[in-house]
Amino acid sequence: MWKTILRRLFIMIPQLFVLSILIFIMAKFMPGDPFTGMITPETDPTRIEELREKAGLNDPWYVQYGRWVGNALQGDFGKSYTFQRDVSDIIGERAINTFYLSFLSVFLLYLIAIPLGILAGRYQSSRLDKTIILYSFVTYAIPTFVLALVFLYFLGYQLHWFPTSGSVDIKYEEGTWGFFWSKFYHILLPAITYAILGTTGIIQYLRSEIIDTKAMDYVRTARSKGLPMRKIYTKHIFRNSLLPIAAFLGFTITGLLSGSIFIETIFGYPGMGQLFISSIASRDYSVITALVLLFGFLTLLGSLLSDIIMSIVDPRIRIE
Amino acid sequence: MAKKVKRKKRKHLSSSPTALQILIREFKKDKLALFSLLSLVVVMFGVFFWTYNFIDQESLMRISLQDRYAEPGGKFLLGADQGGKDILGQLIVGAKNSIFIAIAITLITGVFGIMVGLICGYYGGWIDNLFMRIIDFFITIPSLMLIIVFVTIIPKYTEIHFILIMSLFLWTGTARLVRSKALSESKRDYVKASKTLGTSDFVIIFREILPNLSSILIVELTLNFAGNVGIETGLSYLGFGLPKSTPSLGTLVSYANNPLVLQQYWWVWLPASLFILFMMLAINYVGQALRRSADARQRIS
Repeated sequence: MWKTILRRLFIMIPQLFVLSILIFIMAKFMPGDPFTGMITPETDPTRIEELREKAGLNDPWYVQYGRWVGNALQGDFGKSYTFQRDVSDIIGERAINTFYLSFLSVFLLYLIAIPLGILAGRYQSSRLDKTIILYSFVTYAIPTFVLALVFLYFLGYQLHWFPTSGSVDIKYEEGTWGFFWSKFYHILLPAITYAILGTTGIIQYLRSEIIDTKAMDYVRTARSKGLPMRKIYTKHIFRNSLLPIAAFLGFTITGLLSGSIFIETIFGYPGMGQLFISSIASRDYSVITALVLLFGFLTLLGSLLSDIIMSIVDPRIRIE
Repeated sequence: MAKKVKRKKRKHLSSSPTALQILIREFKKDKLALFSLLSLVVVMFGVFFWTYNFIDQESLMRISLQDRYAEPGGKFLLGADQGGKDILGQLIVGAKNSIFIAIAITLITGVFGIMVGLICGYYGGWIDNLFMRIIDFFITIPSLMLIIVFVTIIPKYTEIHFILIMSLFLWTGTARLVRSKALSESKRDYVKASKTLGTSDFVIIFREILPNLSSILIVELTLNFAGNVGIETGLSYLGFGLPKSTPSLGTLVSYANNPLVLQQYWWVWLPASLFILFMMLAINYVGQALRRSADARQRIS
């Protein structure tokens, strides 16, 4: 068990290393540097050159890369030149918002997907099953930004059920009940959107898993000894089919990260995805590189998490 | 006479249906899939035909302020946008661009992915190891973000660049699938027999293994096509897809980023959104039907 985790962690290191080099080279290709924004017609070019020299921008690239990685490992990603603040502070604030949104999304995702998957599997090829399959098919095919916009238009602007942007109403003070409620209310619609889009995998997996389990010998044994069907489902079938669902958590995180770019942009939610798009627009490359690296790290962590959960749940995998 | 009928019957029993027959049967059974297929063909040909015969791109892109946000009906069937440009015309040109780009990406990633997959699966060894590590790397990186970064750093960016950037990140899925299939295929007896006869590897890979994978590949490419339409329109929506000079369906939807347009001028963004939705549903539905005809196990349930 620990061996598996350690081995997976070691595999992550070269992947992160290659990713960091790739990002670093891309950042070098981006037009402008932290001092471009300071240039005005009155600026003395030699002064800018001095600043560049001092910041080490004239060093060979491997020296710059080494310094960048060294600082990044200590949590220092440099300064954002649009905000004139530390990158780690800016990302930190946004990361908390993205975390709240992701947490609620995952919760709602499982809340929708598990009952639907169970019902579809239990009442296989009934009308209910067919409706659920259709639902999972449609939500699989619909692109994130289309559903998000349609929700925002109908539920936000037409019916006024939900706020249309931001993360909290400014009229509430931090720490009050109203503040908390307003925050929750603001992430509800984005979270619902994400949850609906992500259900397909879990529903289909759970459905086929239950259908397979129904034909197992131990279920036949339970039936032949006269156990009521309800009990067979709750005590035998669900218990066995629900466990592997936990492993989807890692993949869900990966999906959330790329989904957050669309969802946060559309709902005007100040999280990391929106920060990424706005930094791209303002060519704030210290923020961009930090975010790509962080997302890459989280993606790797997500797949690691899935593998770990899977090896806890299913002992057969551990042997490999 | 009776003899003849008997022979006919026996012949029917002894030959299993060809792939094409299964395909036709599957589409006949599933009316929705048949409808999706027909409407897709009509829409795709219609959009290309319409763009090249009835639309004058220059007059379409001409700004006329008196038609600003003209309502549907009247002069424009689907209204006009902020610059008084016809929405219907933009929708058709955008659909043409989106479909064309998605097809191009699907073909490039398909050919590359199939080649890599076949070679890795057939030869194995170090070349397989190398490519599998590369594919592992591509799977674990945040590719959407990297595509966006690439798009912003390329000077003189055109749709060719866009196709190449997208292809760079999207070939891995097909390669993995083909590799696993080629791996199991290359252990089959017919491949061994062919090797003993001295057939060259090239012939075995492309004339013997590849045709056996064709039905799976058609399904894979169809679903990739749907995925590529989704990713392209999504990126164009964010403003990092096709360059401004080539309008895409996503570009039309991106007008909705202005809250005023989103709230009051639904005809600017909603038709394009619905068009994307229709494309995605129809292509995926055709893909599902193809999958059922390619894989007997899926048909039983």
